[in-house]
Amino acid sequence: MTTAIRAPAVSVVPGLGARVKDAALAAFVAFVLLAPILGMETVPGPDGRLTLDFHFDLVAIGALGVFLGRLALSFALRGRPLARAAAGPLSVFVSRYGNWLGVAGLVFALALPLMPFSSRYVIDVATTLVIYVMLGWGLNIVVGLAGLLDLGYVAFYAVGAYSYALFAKWFGLGFWACLPIAGVLAAVAGILLGFPVLRLRGDYLAIVTLGFGEIIRLVLINWHEVTGGPNGIADIPRPSFFGFPFTRNPGEGEIAFHQLFGLEFSTMHRVVFLYYLALALALVTNLFVLRIRKLPIGRAWEALREDEIACKALGINPTNTKLTAFALGAMFGGFAGSFFATRQGFISPESFTFIESAIILAIVVLGGMGSQIGVVLAAAVIVLLPEIARELETYRMLFFGAAMVLIMIWRPRGLLAHREPTLRLHPRPGGGGS
Amino acid sequence: MAYFLQQLINGVALGMVYGLIAIGYSMVYGIIGMINFAHGEIYMIGAFVSLIAFTLLGMLGVSWAPLALVVVLLTAIAITSLYGWTVERIAYRPLRGSFRLAPLISAIGMSIFLQTYVQITQGAKIKTLQPVITGGFTFTDASGFTVTISWIQILIVLLTLVLMAGFTWVIAKTPLGRAQRACQQDLKMAALCGVDVDRTISLTFVIGAALAAVAGLMATLYYGVIDFFIGFLAGVKAFTAAVLGGIGSIPGAMLGGLVLGLAEAFWSGYFSIEYKDVAAFTILVIVLIFLPTGILGQPEIEKV
Repeated sequence: MTTAIRAPAVSVVPGLGARVKDAALAAFVAFVLLAPILGMETVPGPDGRLTLDFHFDLVAIGALGVFLGRLALSFALRGRPLARAAAGPLSVFVSRYGNWLGVAGLVFALALPLMPFSSRYVIDVATTLVIYVMLGWGLNIVVGLAGLLDLGYVAFYAVGAYSYALFAKWFGLGFWACLPIAGVLAAVAGILLGFPVLRLRGDYLAIVTLGFGEIIRLVLINWHEVTGGPNGIADIPRPSFFGFPFTRNPGEGEIAFHQLFGLEFSTMHRVVFLYYLALALALVTNLFVLRIRKLPIGRAWEALREDEIACKALGINPTNTKLTAFALGAMFGGFAGSFFATRQGFISPESFTFIESAIILAIVVLGGMGSQIGVVLAAAVIVLLPEIARELETYRMLFFGAAMVLIMIWRPRGLLAHREPTLRLHPRPGGGGS
Repeated sequence: MAYFLQQLINGVALGMVYGLIAIGYSMVYGIIGMINFAHGEIYMIGAFVSLIAFTLLGMLGVSWAPLALVVVLLTAIAITSLYGWTVERIAYRPLRGSFRLAPLISAIGMSIFLQTYVQITQGAKIKTLQPVITGGFTFTDASGFTVTISWIQILIVLLTLVLMAGFTWVIAKTPLGRAQRACQQDLKMAALCGVDVDRTISLTFVIGAALAAVAGLMATLYYGVIDFFIGFLAGVKAFTAAVLGGIGSIPGAMLGGLVLGLAEAFWSGYFSIEYKDVAAFTILVIVLIFLPTGILGQPEIEKV
């Protein structure tokens, strides 16, 4: 309803004086904003009372930066709005060569442990990356395909992780037995949450899922008898190679992985195995999503995302359709969670905060909602960037928040804007594609 | 009975704070139909500006509490309002008319940004403010229980009532209030009738931020401890209050805040303090399911 009240596209190019004045105003605002928070740091004084440390040099630098940035921006944009509706060159490239990129990425991922540069560290980072890719793909079902904003995705990740940890510890079940249980439990949690709330409007849904994520976390913290409270669960059984453990000295009657294949014992075996396990889970997720998009249910999700009222008119039950998306997304979250638990060997509520949900959401959003390759690119950016620049660790979330805002402004549909329906009744003249 | 009264007093004071934050959510939602997810962070910044202003005044040797309070109140309102204005200008205005979830995602990004910004610049540790106002009234009943109303609680209630009265007047009588009500009814039509929509929306954010700044100041005085993370929970609870009262309705936001504050106080007083946040979220879910338009809200008509 707000489409028509944008300012008309006046193409009057402002003069230099007006630009400097505008930049000076922006710098002044920045100065006032930064002066108390950045310029005066509250620190405990010698007598325990708070005193202030002054950093007005930083404030001045910040204001100057805003001045120059604003000036540069006004020259770069020349009065045009920042947002672009059209797809950028990256997006065109990916939509044209998407399949080849996918194959190349897959080959690289499969060959990674054999590469000369792959140390234990590289494989570890790669495993983390693959897990985020999998979570991104899972959330993509909910956010990208069905258009439901889920801010509590980490709750399902937590359900998966805790179900694996508890079933493995108390009932001695193995990873492969727990994996479906974790997925089913997470899906059930998704249905239990989704059933009452999926009738709500999109942004209400966002807040309720956020609340649900917090409820799960608070229950995990406070339900000491089962979850171990804030201390979490330690000594979660590590994965085995289909029954052959990765230990140097296997117990009575057991054969270890290295004995089975006649290899020298190495801790790398488990790391590489975990990597392939994560990759396999992620690929299953990807295959599932790619296939289900072409089924009636997948088309119903995309139709529902575009226009709910039209869907109702066509006889699609919106609540049930959304519920399937929600439950399936939750299930993949649960799978990823149980992998997380077996990989870490230790879980606590600390790992399942809102920030984690925000990171997964950021991956989906930055990648371009609905785009599978976009998720991989965005996950790579988000996971690898802090690894490359270790000293930027503190600023990671700052960068994150700013990137979410800027990407929404610059390209509201994500880096790889891929909101084309998977199927079209009448292909566009000129061969489709965005 | 005395225990009940004490919880009632605590609940009312807490509810007033929630109500003030909730108005910001409710107004913005009423006009542009988005959840300003960063509003909780605006409240947190209000609390931090108050803390910094108190510390600065303390270092300058201003020790007369009423003067300090007035100065801090005005400073916090001015600076926090500017934050509210800037957030709208940077993160929401370019997205007006974009697809539905874009402003919400942008708001989440803004919220993360502001939280980390304060965490980096002010440190992650809990900040403790020396009590500025102490004391209050104490009553003792026959069975020996005491009921305390602190000066801060009285201040919170009075200040909130004054602000509410002033605010109701602004909405009902001033040109700005008229423009806001026009925008709430129909943004496009208001623009056609000559209402400066961008300016009205900006001022709505400024007013919301000013009220959040007052809430931040009062929370700083009331609890005495703040950290960079307080905005998240307060924001979600205030949003719950806004939904509870009927989002888009200003008296509803205040009412919702009161109901939530009382529910939380009685829950902590009679059941378990660990699960008080769970109680707040559960109320949100239950309200949305059974009373999606809230107590004072109007049903939304979906037009094609």
